[in-house]
Amino acid sequence: MTVNPSGWRPSAPANEQGEAQTVTGNRALMLEEPLIFEIGSTEQTGVDFAELPKGASRLGGLERSRAIGLPGLSEPEMVRHYTRLSRQNYAIDLGLFPLGSCTMKHNPRLNEKVARLPGFADVHPLQPQETVQGALEVINQLAFWLLDLTGMYGVAMSPKAGAHGELCGLLCIRAALEARGDKRAVVLVPESAHGTNPATAAFAGYSVENIPANAAGRVDLDALKARLGPDVAAVMITNPNTCGLFEPDMKAISDAVHAAGGFVYCDGANFNAIVGKVRPGDLGIDAMHINLHKTFSTPHGGGGPGSGPVVLSEALAPYGPLPYAAKYPDGSFKIVEEETGADEHPGAFGRMVAFHGQTGMFTRALTYILSHGADGLKQVAEDAVLNANYILRSLEDVLDAPFAKSGPCMHEAIFSDKGFADGLSTIDLAKALIDEGFHPMTMYFPLVVHGAMLVEPTETESKAALDQFILAMRSIAGRAKAGDQSLKAAPIHAPRRRLDETLAARKPVLVYRDPEPAQAAE
Amino acid sequence: MRYLPLSDADRSDMLRVVGASSIDELFRDVPEELRLRGPIEGLPPHASELAVERHMTALSRKNMVAGEVPFFLGCGAYRHHVPASVDHIIQRGEFLTSYTPYQPEIAQGTLQLLFEFQTQVARLTGCEVANASMYDGSTAMWEAIVMAHRITRRTKSVISSGVHPHYVRVAETMAKFTEDRLDTALPELSAATDAERLIASIDGETSAVVVQYPDILGRITDLTPIAEAAHAAGALLIAVITEPVALGLIKSPGEMGADIVVGEGQSIGVGLQFGGPYVGLFACGEKHVRQMPGRLAGETVDAEGKRGFVLTLSTREQHIRREKATSNICTSSVLCAMAFTAHLTLLGEKGLRQLASLNHARACEVAERLAAIPGVSLVNDAFFNEFTLKLPVEARPAVHAMVERNVLGGVSLGRLYPGVESLQNGLVVAVTETVTDTDIDAFEAALKEAVQ
Repeated sequence: MTVNPSGWRPSAPANEQGEAQTVTGNRALMLEEPLIFEIGSTEQTGVDFAELPKGASRLGGLERSRAIGLPGLSEPEMVRHYTRLSRQNYAIDLGLFPLGSCTMKHNPRLNEKVARLPGFADVHPLQPQETVQGALEVINQLAFWLLDLTGMYGVAMSPKAGAHGELCGLLCIRAALEARGDKRAVVLVPESAHGTNPATAAFAGYSVENIPANAAGRVDLDALKARLGPDVAAVMITNPNTCGLFEPDMKAISDAVHAAGGFVYCDGANFNAIVGKVRPGDLGIDAMHINLHKTFSTPHGGGGPGSGPVVLSEALAPYGPLPYAAKYPDGSFKIVEEETGADEHPGAFGRMVAFHGQTGMFTRALTYILSHGADGLKQVAEDAVLNANYILRSLEDVLDAPFAKSGPCMHEAIFSDKGFADGLSTIDLAKALIDEGFHPMTMYFPLVVHGAMLVEPTETESKAALDQFILAMRSIAGRAKAGDQSLKAAPIHAPRRRLDETLAARKPVLVYRDPEPAQAAE
Repeated sequence: MRYLPLSDADRSDMLRVVGASSIDELFRDVPEELRLRGPIEGLPPHASELAVERHMTALSRKNMVAGEVPFFLGCGAYRHHVPASVDHIIQRGEFLTSYTPYQPEIAQGTLQLLFEFQTQVARLTGCEVANASMYDGSTAMWEAIVMAHRITRRTKSVISSGVHPHYVRVAETMAKFTEDRLDTALPELSAATDAERLIASIDGETSAVVVQYPDILGRITDLTPIAEAAHAAGALLIAVITEPVALGLIKSPGEMGADIVVGEGQSIGVGLQFGGPYVGLFACGEKHVRQMPGRLAGETVDAEGKRGFVLTLSTREQHIRREKATSNICTSSVLCAMAFTAHLTLLGEKGLRQLASLNHARACEVAERLAAIPGVSLVNDAFFNEFTLKLPVEARPAVHAMVERNVLGGVSLGRLYPGVESLQNGLVVAVTETVTDTDIDAFEAALKEAVQ
């Protein structure tokens, strides 16, 4: 059994800055915080209950006898614990968070307020349908706007996140192929795709083959055409792609795939670049998930929850999953689920989740869409693209920008560490950005660019914020090219220095273990 | 537009730096004939915060609010009181507006909290390790089935008739696309679970037995014999929990031999929200950790030797392994996991036990009251805070009739199992600490009238 080291170590060696160590390990506003297992007690609680009624137990002899080992904290201790932890996090609310492909835009607080209205927050998914007409109307209205914005034919609202949406799209494709008795086993995925694309294809039972990119960072259309055939079920394309470039041949790609009897799946992670500017439906796409937590500003929350509705073409819409919210001519809404599915939506491939999807995210996304309106959403894409190009052109003289010569980028700009002095690479620049007060960009992705740095500023950054970021990037790039080895020590001002990820993986410690096991049984 | 900081002057300056004469020049890779000319049709123009709030509030008022009426629904989502401090914590911008902790030096808040969450889930379920959350209970159950498939290299799973029918539907949907075979059955309105069927169905091809605890009818049964039978045949036991508060009072599945415990964590810290977002729980033994799906936070040290946390064992995951990953999952449900861990920290073991006792005592009281209505009988021998009644009439119309009296009186099995004659008179009733004496009186009166 691995015994955890207990918390901060006042005896740790002083860092290169020669900072004086404090007795507590705290540094003014930077407060160290132990684990709840080190500060709480199983006898402490922050919740008061009315007197417990004494009654017969009907637990069938399954009463828990052993201690569970769950420490409690009083409310002031609990609030302090999490508040202290929160201050060890970087966040959009603190500054620029240019994580490419993740669309870290401002999360409007009206969205949070609306999601917490009792009529949305305090409604059970299995309430009788006459008592949830407002919730169904939200789902239906959001579905309508997503279709309007994408020019597609149908939408499956229930997928829980982007990758879950990919799965939904591929299962629609599989169902459509099976409906025509066509067994196809291969899904083609560009090398630059998100890891979820090949993983999803495999999860849906397909074998995956890569298609190469051309020198301009786009899908190699000829290579794709050469590979198409009766075994190819689908091609999964990200557009704009993960190099931040629009695929100008998208329509030709779609036409070629359709001519070969396959379907086109589009990873909609980068929809923010084109919302209100071009509709995926006009590009020949058959299925595309929309990350509501990217384009439509629902909070990322430290890694979810997401929400991944999938818009579908006319060819795929008949196969979308149950349940869904339907509007009837009398103005009422109904959940179409297994009971009437056979009549109302006979092609459905099945069900993806227990209930109706991320309704709490739908209220936020609908609030966002109504706030922006048609003009605002178009402006979102334009400002997102302008901000990215501003960064691209402000840095291309100091950082290698592999596709800068071929023209403008979309909502994100890609750079590489080519030209850095020996021993320094992307990670060193990224960690130095932390010291300058920024969250790093996406590193080493996409894989097609060696030492990639993918910068996505989003439209919610001011010019002043971009200028400060550019200043920091130019400074660090200069140091990296000049061989400033002190970059290897970065970050030095963050709550932690670089963490030993190899140790974490070699000897995994995934749960806290009490230092003296005997205490757990008290 | 209040969310867009750039002014027109900024835009002109920036276009100059970029070397473009107009914004459309930046969209030149989009074929011109496909570009939209003006704002997209149909969608109204931008609106003030006041106007949008009014619109959304009006929509919200079309729903019946659980907290405003006598409320007795469960079946996979439970209404508990969530202390105000929990929602306050998850609304802190540093949590709400941060991303997956890929840069651990500036994400220790999220990472430590996930490490604490993993430990709490492991201890609660009686397992050695737990991950940093899944989408929800239903998807976690399917992931457990395919994980067992990877471990045992067998493809048949025997699923208890007491598993939530929507969870079973999700598994059936996915199994159509993989090699997995699912042995399923419909529940019966009886006190006994289908443990005997499960044990009899285990054979040399069985990868896993899947049991819900407490089950869809609220029944609880000792999982030990099922675990023993599964293990004797080289199969795994997967336990599904949809009401984790129960584990404050009853034995954990891990204690009874479950190899993988998955479930829905919504009932601790997360509101009903019409079905999502919720938080999937996923726990198992240490020896299986490399076959686990989803993110894991792990302990390590930084360059100065200070304890810190990172995402670890990512070679299981899609962003490294691509098509060879254990799952395609990327986003988890961290903010809901935060609500879960914050609520559970506030409760502590003492508070959780009290909460669970209160739920059980309340449920016993209501079960007794309702079962005394002429024609109504209690199906369960044992239960935690949810039980099934057999009504003298079909339960579905009874539920609608109770709505007429402003009572949300349980979930009818007709809704969950449409067309299954033998279940039409079943009504599943959940009773939590939020139920008042007045609520019980109103429910009893409404049900009495509805079954006449």
